[in-house]
Amino acid sequence: MNRISAAFRGKKAFIPFITGGDPDIDTTRELLLALCDAGADAIEIGIPFSDPIAEGPVIEAASARALRAGCTLNKLLALAESVRADVNPDVPILFMTYYNPVFHFGAEAFASRCARAGVDGLIVPDLPFEERDELLPPCQTHGVELISLIAPTSRERIERIARASGGFLYCVSSLGVTGERAVLGESARHMTAAVRRVCDIPCAVGFGISTPEQAAAICAFADGVIVGSAIVRIIAEHGRGSAEHVARYAREMKQAVTQSGRDGFA
Amino acid sequence: MAQGRFGIYGGQYVPETLMRAVTLLSGEYDKWRKDETFAGEYARLLEQYAGRPSLLYYAEKMTNDLGGAKIYLKREDLNHTGSHKINNVLGQALLAKKMGKTRLIAETGAGQHGVAAATAAALMGMECVVFMGKEDMERQALNVYRMKLLGAEVRCVTSGTATLKDAVNATMREWASRVDDTHYCLGSCMGPHPFPTIVRDFQSVIGAEIKRQVFAAEGGLPRAVIACVGGGSNAIGSFHEFIGDPDVELIGCEAAGRGVDTGEHAATITKGSVGVFHGMKSYFCVDGHGQISPVYSISAGLDYPGIGPEHAYLFAGGRARYVPVTDAQAVDAFEYLSVTEGIIPAIESAHAVAYAMTYAPALPRGDVLVVTLSGRGDKDVAAMAKYRGVALDE
Repeated sequence: MNRISAAFRGKKAFIPFITGGDPDIDTTRELLLALCDAGADAIEIGIPFSDPIAEGPVIEAASARALRAGCTLNKLLALAESVRADVNPDVPILFMTYYNPVFHFGAEAFASRCARAGVDGLIVPDLPFEERDELLPPCQTHGVELISLIAPTSRERIERIARASGGFLYCVSSLGVTGERAVLGESARHMTAAVRRVCDIPCAVGFGISTPEQAAAICAFADGVIVGSAIVRIIAEHGRGSAEHVARYAREMKQAVTQSGRDGFA
Repeated sequence: MAQGRFGIYGGQYVPETLMRAVTLLSGEYDKWRKDETFAGEYARLLEQYAGRPSLLYYAEKMTNDLGGAKIYLKREDLNHTGSHKINNVLGQALLAKKMGKTRLIAETGAGQHGVAAATAAALMGMECVVFMGKEDMERQALNVYRMKLLGAEVRCVTSGTATLKDAVNATMREWASRVDDTHYCLGSCMGPHPFPTIVRDFQSVIGAEIKRQVFAAEGGLPRAVIACVGGGSNAIGSFHEFIGDPDVELIGCEAAGRGVDTGEHAATITKGSVGVFHGMKSYFCVDGHGQISPVYSISAGLDYPGIGPEHAYLFAGGRARYVPVTDAQAVDAFEYLSVTEGIIPAIESAHAVAYAMTYAPALPRGDVLVVTLSGRGDKDVAAMAKYRGVALDE
């Protein structure tokens, strides 16, 4: 069993997101270690991109900070490789990247390099299901999961995507871009139910989740939550000293997620 | 593989949230493009509202002065709203209406597409929101006010370089958050399928008229058709009718800014490489890590780091060629056309005029060059004065 499947086995998964290289590579390393320590079930590292069209203002700003600080894809691959040796080896590392940096790296070279660095999965928001054939074969060759996304607008596409995907499904909770939302709609519940009707791939819900209450409510029906902007906001506020603040928040979220799994949640 | 390819270029590289929107749009467009009522309504709007056909004007003084090929100007600047953008927005607004949408959103660089979109929205009784980079809002303050006058809301985009590409990002984000009642009226032959095809089709009236008009005037085909290229909508509109005529040269003029070797340009084909951005596979200006490079041009309308996928295809296959034209050359051409023919062109269009000025003298006198004047230059007068160091008081 690969690390991603294991992360969802018998428990609900808490998946924090941080933007790689924000505010610098050394802090990203500290954050990764702190998140592992806080019980993250997988960690998503955003590769900074000049034009992150699916991101809200918080992550967009983080991306710009990281690029200004000189972060590159190569530096993050090297970081992942070295951290893989230091952290709990069960924690999957996922890269979230726009497709252009991958395209310029070369799909085959990138998948191979990710495998060598111990990166378990890729989330490529601007490479929808219909275009994934450019990247899927090299990912399969090198044992890197290409994670599919589904959104409230996916409707009749959900079944096709769910059946043909591996690792887990990234369920986009609501329309629009990443960012915290006060009220989460019912879309994620419906999407998860639609997936369940066709297969048992784990469903992790992202976009808009920031409080332990929201995480617990989502985990009542989903297999995990992805939390990005709320963490990136803490990093924006505390900069190089943000690891302890992020760790404290992550522990609360992890507890809410674990609790909801244990209670079966009502 | 998704639909909508020109060779390897094009495609639908958009977030999952938008896949339904582009798929539905594609299906609706396929339906309406074959509908005779739709075609009739669109033709009537072009004729009675936009003022088509636009003139094909023989620039006799310019021709005699340059001493080579005969130069004809395709006068898109004479269209209602002052540019070729109206051709596309009337088609898309009509399509949006047929699809039951009540709201148009659009990106704009120079403001010409924004003004055109706001105009079409006013005409058809639709809500309109235009996204515009902060930098462009400052460069084109008059167009900002014009859009507001037409009833549109203009949203200032401050992220990234605060220019056209960032306005596109913002409009895509808005569309992702509100697709049910909203149509993204994209202004150029770029973005995910079906936009490059839709915009090409609505703009191809330019080339169809050129062919008819040149034939009437000269009894044959032109030697070359020349147009400026940012995303490339007036160029693809001018070229499309001639793609199957191998003897007609197709020449796109990209913005070389301060020079293609200065790092301050928007010369996508000359200096860029193949990549994936804004929903399409095409040529883009990127750094060594696949990050989109900041680009620069004196012309807000050409200040874009990519080019439409059909242009990438025409370039890769050798059917069209793309030449860089600097700010300085464009400003000279702006002034030259004003004083020689009494026509003040948009600074975007002046890039095409500038290349024609260098190319015409090298050709025999019997040859015919058609230069598409994509827009009029009133909006650029203040910036040109500033470029020449002249202070204008309001």
